[in-house]
Amino acid sequence: MAHAHSVKRHTGLMDWLTTVDHKKIGILYLIAGALFFGIGGIEALMIRWQLIKPMNDFVSAQTFNELITMHGTTMIFLGVMPLIFALMNAVVPLQIGARDVAFPFLNSLGFWTFLFGGILLNISWMMGGAPDAGWTAYTPLSTTAYSGTHGVDFYTVGLQIAGLGTLIGGINFLATVITMRAPGMTFMRMPMFTWTAFITSAIILFAFPAITVGLVLLSFDRILGANFFEVSNGGNPVLWQHIFWIFGHPEVYILILPAFGVISDVIPTFARKRLFGYSSMVFATILIAFLGFMVWAHHMFTTGMGPVANALFSISTMLIAVPTGIKIFNWLFTLWGGQIRFTSANLYASGFIPTFVMGGVTGVMLASAPADYQFHDTYFVVAHFHYVIVGGLVLGLFSGLHYWWPKMFGRVLDEKLGKIGFWFFIIGFHLTFFVQHFLGLMGMQRRIFTYLPGQGFDTLNLVSTVGALMMGVGVLVFLLNVVVTTRRPADAPNDPWEDGRTLEWSIPSPPPEYNFKQTPLVRGLDAYWKEKMAGHTEMTPAEPVGPIHMPSASILPFVMSVGIFVAGLGFMYHQYLVVGLGLIVTFVCMAIRSLYDDHGWHIDPEETTEKGVKA
Amino acid sequence: MSAPHAEQVTSALPHEPEKATLEGRNKVLAFWLFLGGESVLFGTLFATFLALREQIADGPSADELFKLPTVAAATFILLVSSLTSVFAIQAMHKGNRKSLSLWLIVTVILGLGFLGLEIYEFAEYVNHEKFGMTTSAFSSAFYTLVGFHGAHVLFGVVWISLLIGQLAKKGLTVVTAPKIYVSAMYWHFIDVVWVFIFTVVYLLGKVG
Repeated sequence: MAHAHSVKRHTGLMDWLTTVDHKKIGILYLIAGALFFGIGGIEALMIRWQLIKPMNDFVSAQTFNELITMHGTTMIFLGVMPLIFALMNAVVPLQIGARDVAFPFLNSLGFWTFLFGGILLNISWMMGGAPDAGWTAYTPLSTTAYSGTHGVDFYTVGLQIAGLGTLIGGINFLATVITMRAPGMTFMRMPMFTWTAFITSAIILFAFPAITVGLVLLSFDRILGANFFEVSNGGNPVLWQHIFWIFGHPEVYILILPAFGVISDVIPTFARKRLFGYSSMVFATILIAFLGFMVWAHHMFTTGMGPVANALFSISTMLIAVPTGIKIFNWLFTLWGGQIRFTSANLYASGFIPTFVMGGVTGVMLASAPADYQFHDTYFVVAHFHYVIVGGLVLGLFSGLHYWWPKMFGRVLDEKLGKIGFWFFIIGFHLTFFVQHFLGLMGMQRRIFTYLPGQGFDTLNLVSTVGALMMGVGVLVFLLNVVVTTRRPADAPNDPWEDGRTLEWSIPSPPPEYNFKQTPLVRGLDAYWKEKMAGHTEMTPAEPVGPIHMPSASILPFVMSVGIFVAGLGFMYHQYLVVGLGLIVTFVCMAIRSLYDDHGWHIDPEETTEKGVKA
Repeated sequence: MSAPHAEQVTSALPHEPEKATLEGRNKVLAFWLFLGGESVLFGTLFATFLALREQIADGPSADELFKLPTVAAATFILLVSSLTSVFAIQAMHKGNRKSLSLWLIVTVILGLGFLGLEIYEFAEYVNHEKFGMTTSAFSSAFYTLVGFHGAHVLFGVVWISLLIGQLAKKGLTVVTAPKIYVSAMYWHFIDVVWVFIFTVVYLLGKVG
């Protein structure tokens, strides 16, 4: 190659701070997501401990409000979304036969902005109190009149920064799937996880800007004294609800679709059958994403929108049950007659199906506007959304983590510990949330910090708390599994499940830095399975062996995120000099990135024989 | 079918240099996607403004406030700047670097003219009409929507200026061409947003 650019290869911490490799960024997302998931989990346990008995005084009412707000916000924005991005980063480029994402630099930037936004939100605990207006931050509760500390400012600014990172990630994955697919990898040959990652990215692109604006308006009201939600000067609190849910409802599909994708990849592998109704799965995914934008006001039935609006949003919400039902039946028909192996990954996937159906059924109940007047703001709603998010998404994430762990780290997670963890988690989950349906129907409101004895709430709350502790044990068993597995040698073969169907199983575990020595030629759906059936042990290459172009590592994304973090903190405390300083750091980094061309570097063919990078 | 990487294109500049490399095509595609997100951003701001535009509290109304001649001048300037950025891209496709730089400079100057008028307008409102961010829900929505657009114009002006510098230093290559192309896309986008602001904020404010 004529252009032998010298490249500085970092090691140790500097390697992780500067990496633009999607596999390493996936691991970073996993670590950060797991950290925030742990924080959110501890908050959940504290909530349940406070509610274990009537008139408990484990935490004060104010602390309880902060706990529920931070539990919801942390889990959704900082816990499960990064875990989704961890899987997307680890898997999507491999599944489409790409050497990296379309924008490796942006990928890194997306991670660091998310992380610093998350840190900003969480340091609120140590800086005068966390946000306390619920994860939905409804006005006027979240205005300075009713929330006088800086808590909600941490919410608006922290989520703004984290949301920026998510948006960057979304655009990156859209472009990656559109332009980086290997020859022969047509859209209708893409694995379902890649499809759902693609559609989720599209929802992110069209939903996140709405919350960006919402958070700007709220922070302007709180920090600059604007009047968007200030009734005495003409503002309108219902406006916040609309903006929040125009984002907020698509957000739940951002969360659940990737779980659908995981399940759609895990079940065919462990049933040794191709996915039943692949094309209907694809179109159901697209339909869910589309309808997801049409239903936001079902969160506001009791706001007083009138019967016409309530009826329309009721119907559009019920419509979503149709494509979702298609998916459920497709999974069942895939399992039907398959040679099923109940590995940990498949246990989580099989547990997902009935659990998610239960969450879906209560969803249809809630979609009925007249009935919702009874369910609204009770524990019935809490039970419903935990069934779809924990019973749906989190089970899907655990399934995906067990399934792709060998591909990410070169070690198969211990199956015994995996199964023990699964049973603790799923039994604990149903104990925690199944009883909450009845608590809600009996009239227990959500977000109350305590309750009086003798209302029939006592036993069910005790059961719920015991269940939560069991879920905690399940998560600890998973962590133990990670520790135990990491101490073992990294000896996972390319295709540790032996029935891998998609491209990621055709390359080493973990893959080398450049993923594919030669870009593979894709000849059908389940590309690797197709080659196996044709008697081949590896993919047919689509190009001769040659030098591989790689992007350069860069510290700029990290520094840019620090700049945004500093600016955000300054904005909250009216220190505009600090804001300027932070923004200058960020913009100077942007200019440096633009002014100095990144030529990347090359891996020569002789170097490509070594086994994968060690993580 | 795989397009060459940027540093592999060494011969004369292809006809559409912005789409000659994989990186360039990725950049253009991602920028279209980004503009999709920006549309939702401004859409939400417009919806907010429409919801709150009658809520003037004790402050001045749109009808009392707006002076169409200044706004019309700003509109004219920005529309012309969009035209000049089209000339710039045409020059780029002809491989005429000098003409390209010239039209970009004209675009930047027009952008600065627009910003000057906007700052003058805001200063008039704040100083003489007692119309600030905190006056009413209408004022908050007005400054946020129009201010967001103004910040976009400012960003565009700085961005295109940096590109003019790069063009002088590095010349027109398959690396610089996509940057110029997406900056022109951006410039057209904020121009379109302004057309909506002119209609929804100013014209509707005068007649509605």
